[in-house]
Amino acid sequence: MTMTAAPPEAPATHARHAPRRRLRYAGTVALFLLPSAIPLTLFTLVPMAASLWTSLHEWNLITPMEWAGLGNYTELLGDEGTRSAFLHTLVFIAGYLPLVYSGGLGLALLLNRAMAGRNLFRAIYFLPVITSWVVVALMWKWLLNPAGGMVNWALGLLGVQGPGWWTDPTWAMPSIILASAWKDLGFVMIILLAGLQAIPKEYHDAASVDGATGLKRFRYVTFPLLSPSTFFVVVISLINGFQVFDQVHVMTRGGPGGATQVVVEQVYDLTFRYGRAGTASALSWLLFAVVLLVTQLQVRAQRRWVHYG
Amino acid sequence: MSRITKAAATALVAGLLATGCAQGSATKGADSTPGGKVTLRYFTFSAAPDHVKDLDTIVAAFEKEHPGVDVVVETAPYDEYFTKLQTSIAGGTAPDAFELNYENFVTYAAAGSLLDLGTVADDSDVSVYAQESVAAFKHDGKQYALPASFSTVVLIYNKDLFNKAGVAEPTADWTWADEQAAAQKLTDKSNKVYGDFQPVQFFEFYKTLKQAGGEFLSADGKKATFDSPAGVKAATWLVNKVGKTMPTEAEIGGTADYDTNLFKSGKLAMWHNGIWQFAGLKDVPFGWDVVVEPGDTTKASAVFHNAVAASATTRHGKEAWAWARFLSSSGIAATTRIASSWELPPVSDQSVLAGYLKDPKPANRQAVFDSLKSIALPPVIQRQQEMQDAVTKELSNAAAGREPVKDALAAAAAKVDELLR
Repeated sequence: MTMTAAPPEAPATHARHAPRRRLRYAGTVALFLLPSAIPLTLFTLVPMAASLWTSLHEWNLITPMEWAGLGNYTELLGDEGTRSAFLHTLVFIAGYLPLVYSGGLGLALLLNRAMAGRNLFRAIYFLPVITSWVVVALMWKWLLNPAGGMVNWALGLLGVQGPGWWTDPTWAMPSIILASAWKDLGFVMIILLAGLQAIPKEYHDAASVDGATGLKRFRYVTFPLLSPSTFFVVVISLINGFQVFDQVHVMTRGGPGGATQVVVEQVYDLTFRYGRAGTASALSWLLFAVVLLVTQLQVRAQRRWVHYG
Repeated sequence: MSRITKAAATALVAGLLATGCAQGSATKGADSTPGGKVTLRYFTFSAAPDHVKDLDTIVAAFEKEHPGVDVVVETAPYDEYFTKLQTSIAGGTAPDAFELNYENFVTYAAAGSLLDLGTVADDSDVSVYAQESVAAFKHDGKQYALPASFSTVVLIYNKDLFNKAGVAEPTADWTWADEQAAAQKLTDKSNKVYGDFQPVQFFEFYKTLKQAGGEFLSADGKKATFDSPAGVKAATWLVNKVGKTMPTEAEIGGTADYDTNLFKSGKLAMWHNGIWQFAGLKDVPFGWDVVVEPGDTTKASAVFHNAVAASATTRHGKEAWAWARFLSSSGIAATTRIASSWELPPVSDQSVLAGYLKDPKPANRQAVFDSLKSIALPPVIQRQQEMQDAVTKELSNAAAGREPVKDALAAAAAKVDELLR
């Protein structure tokens, strides 16, 4: 009730000064936005518009573009290479998402307790997140090297003959999934940790009073109240998953035998190996459409499973 | 979202650079030094790492003859070379002159990225060159590049390993069967010694296909014909070596120059590789020699040509031509190549080539010339890189046991047919 009470003169002055004040306010906002708006326009919006334009042409990067209409899109939709690139990307996501989420959740639960060196551990697990992908991918390539890598050496000590990892078409994708999940674990952990700490202690106390044990408390209190964080993590990880590139490019270049040829690697090859920038741009937009669709579906579906407080 | 836009924009960055930088460099004039000298940028893959000094010798001789030109050499390893070249052309920072191989020549010539050398040449006499070499770099009747070197692939073998195992050394009459029998005897897995090394990829395949009597493309060049019985035989020959007489991909573990190091360490008996390896093998502590590669129904040796082309956008066409001409046909270039075993100069003068035989190592250098009697040239189409990748991909799937050889070849042939359309 008090919220609706306003000084009686206010509407009059407001009306008189509003346009100018609003303009000044907009100007101030614009000024503050400028530092990020300029690079955003220059390096994101303009290239996006240009890639849309390129996608309607044939362009070998050398001679002038030639109009192709929707030719690139129809070609891609009927192309076996596109289908397998999307399939490989989906396989990556199917392995990566559960692994990174369950791993991150486990770490978050572990580091949410009172324990010595808690902050140190949090920092350590976050380190890979801020490390360059090239460094991480090279390190994993070395660890998983079937000829003298540490993982197969350790497996050998246990009497297990390690697989060919990234040199074997069957194991190449699992190798990349492993490296990716390891790197992003810290990111998921931090988000979920923040989510865990936002859950009021009273809920846990109440559940305890009602006789809920550890597992039941997690199932009926923690997990539902963590769902906004889970939602965020899933959306971000899915988008990242669709765009998987750096680790693939460094570890396998889409091989062996095309077994890890994901969509963005295909975009790279089309542009820089095959000189088909138009087709590559069209493929980028197809990927954009898929990501947009999947994200929209998630936003719709969240009503059914995300609980805000 | 930053990464998807990065992905979406990848294709465009180059485009923006193309317009932006081309305008920039046209007004900069940074390619002329204060003394009025012209700076000529030359990009090469074949000089590094073994022949940078030899190229410097040729550059020095050229600059002495052309005091107004300063040649700046840029090198890249073969694996990265064409990506870098294409990006620099698209970005408007193309080198004035650059090396091209026969396989990629058509792609670049057809794309209009090469300067028609006829428009800048002072001298259109090409009689100094071996005629088939100079003809290979013509496109639509125009000379877009000058042949600078050629090389062949031979069977390089470790004499000590053969002697120790009591296996007779290879001869020019050997067939696949002889090679296989020897490779099995020479392979000693417990000591990590392998009998044979021949990569399972496009370049070995088109050659072994020819050795088995097959053809890669139909006579009119419009259809893939390598999924024939001869093709299956050739691919099977390559694939069956893996894990038996040759290390697997897992054993190689992506190590760069694995085969070179394996041979140099004395643990590889037979190595299918090019004569460009000779210089690097000068000081190995064991005896080695070469022989024409074994054939199947017929002999066929791979011949590779490298050439010098000028960029269509260079502002120093005349100087680029002079350099291309000098690098490909001057006496100093030819003798420097021969003295250092840096492939062979494609010159018509046989007395120059005879100097190649004087070097005592390997003893059977004559095999290099013998291999030219029956050659297999790589099939070349406009979408070359896509074709090579498609064939290599299917072959490696067959080698990994994911697909029968026959199915792999059928899939590759279907893909190549699509590329030819």
